[in-house]
Amino acid sequence: MVWKTVLRHVVTRPPAPVQADAALARALRQRVGASKLGRSLAIRHVPAGSCNGCELELRATQNLVYDLTQYGLSFTPSPRHADILLITGVAGRNMVAAVREARAAMPEPALVVAVGDCAVDGGVFKGAAAVAGGAEAILPVDLIIAGCPPSPAQIVQGLLALVEAHDTRL
Amino acid sequence: MMKQLSPQDWRAHPGKFIALWTDSSHAYALYQPGELVAVALENGAYPALPHAGAGWFQRLAHDLNTHTAEGAADTRPAIQHFRAEDGTAPWPDLTAAPGEGVHQVAVGPVHAGIIEPGHFRFSVLGEQVLKLEARLGYAHKGTLGLIRGKSPRLAARFAARISGDATVAHSLAFAHAAEAALGVEVPPRAVHLRAIMAELERLANHASDIGAMAGDAGFAFLDARFAWQRECLCVAAHTAFGHRLMMDMVIPGGIAGDLAGEGGAAILAALAALEAELPSLKRVFEDYASLQDRVIGTGIVPVSLAERFAAGGYVGRASGQEGDARLSPGYGPYPDLGLDVPLERDGDVAARIRVRLAEIPESIRLIRELLRLLPEGALAVAPPGESGMGLGVAESFRGAVWHWLRIESGMIADVFIADPSTLHWPLLEHAATTAILADFPLINKSINGSYSGVDL
Ligand code: SF4
Repeated sequence: MVWKTVLRHVVTRPPAPVQADAALARALRQRVGASKLGRSLAIRHVPAGSCNGCELELRATQNLVYDLTQYGLSFTPSPRHADILLITGVAGRNMVAAVREARAAMPEPALVVAVGDCAVDGGVFKGAAAVAGGAEAILPVDLIIAGCPPSPAQIVQGLLALVEAHDTRL
Repeated sequence: MMKQLSPQDWRAHPGKFIALWTDSSHAYALYQPGELVAVALENGAYPALPHAGAGWFQRLAHDLNTHTAEGAADTRPAIQHFRAEDGTAPWPDLTAAPGEGVHQVAVGPVHAGIIEPGHFRFSVLGEQVLKLEARLGYAHKGTLGLIRGKSPRLAARFAARISGDATVAHSLAFAHAAEAALGVEVPPRAVHLRAIMAELERLANHASDIGAMAGDAGFAFLDARFAWQRECLCVAAHTAFGHRLMMDMVIPGGIAGDLAGEGGAAILAALAALEAELPSLKRVFEDYASLQDRVIGTGIVPVSLAERFAAGGYVGRASGQEGDARLSPGYGPYPDLGLDVPLERDGDVAARIRVRLAEIPESIRLIRELLRLLPEGALAVAPPGESGMGLGVAESFRGAVWHWLRIESGMIADVFIADPSTLHWPLLEHAATTAILADFPLINKSINGSYSGVDL
């Protein structure tokens, strides 16, 4: 039964996006010198004040269709093992300290990625009483992936730029 | 619709408590099946209610509006974690359970998985959890403040982001409230398409959550397959309605866009795939002793406790609580279609999974019926710029969400939003103490309270 299922989906699996944006990868390389990190990157996700929509799509990047790990990207529970701090949601007043602590616990060099319109600039919550803005209000951000929420394909494509940043052919 | 009570009657009011909130002049309490009562504030205070579920709401009313619940036993901050004079956030005194050898385990606000933030403080003796205190409020954004002063149509996008996993249900409850306040009759085609979206949302959440629970118990295969099914549903939703989560599709007065030409076929194909695979996935769940061992008898919410908190959704239904907002009068289009609501009494993780597994075929049936009977016609009517007060309810995948609106000349003067999670978090605090610490992730997923939905 299991094999039948596996077989069926090996055949019917839609292709996932595999191309990073070359210009983005170049810009990123110049900005952060990401080449030191290599191609296998561990991501620590921190929600700083999301509606949980972005978390759903972030989780979907791990499903059978998008399979984020095939590109060398994986999520890690500990910031100590992480190369990337991935922030979703606005800079909520109650989360600012926790986000900073998570970043401080990461080894250098590390990159910060803002996923979703909220993390980009506050999104629809811009101007709310308990919101300082997007992730940039807490920490310098290296890469933004916009959308409300961005689709798993968009997230994968955006993150690929980090993997490709060291590839000087791009 | 609303009954004004004396302070004595306010305190003594019987019924199943749903929510409490305040505006500048009154405190309001909502009881099933939608009975609204109010008491006048006196010097910014109102009598605390004795109901089990009132605690969080009273704490929230204090933090949001500085209104005091007089006589309340629980005055911990809800969302205001910066009460210190200098604006810092000192940790509150989270006391351990009494006893020799008891120690505390602190988790969060940053959790291990890809989930929302919150702090859990466990008191454990060996492996056994003796006490759990959940400190929420980390996802607070001030959404209610953004809704005030806007027209219902403009404010709908904030309602859609109260809890992203239930975006359709919250948008629907918000629209219901605005439509009740302004006396708007929604076109039949919009009513049907709304219900199709709501059932798709339910299916997508049930699928991924059941899979995630199995994954937590070591069954990666179930996790992968259910996540695949969720993905197929999201792709179908995107084809049909232009957004994978169907965000911003339900608006006051109707819906924002029609079903795309190939949308019906895409939805039916996703349903067929889910229906075809469900029996084999269910068999894995039922047949493997090691999986059953993890979920049976784990994280028990006793029937009596579920009743005291008026738990809803799969949390309530797994602990003997009947009721589904879709069956309430005027909640179209369900009365014509019939609705089978599963009921269990064991109250453990297994029962909550069984309820959700049983809801899947029912939602599939409903969507097929709704597509078959889909009427032609308009998609929306514009809400008039009038005044009124309205309550709206929608059955989200985790239970009934309630929205309350006071509209003045077409602008929202005041609003409150109650996600069922508010009544479910205290149940998690209890359920955790029926198990060992290692089972907590599983128990937490089985109840799956929304953080954003209660932190507002
Ligand atoms: S960007 Fe959109 S989906 Fe993501 S957290 Fe913000 S409101 Fe929710």
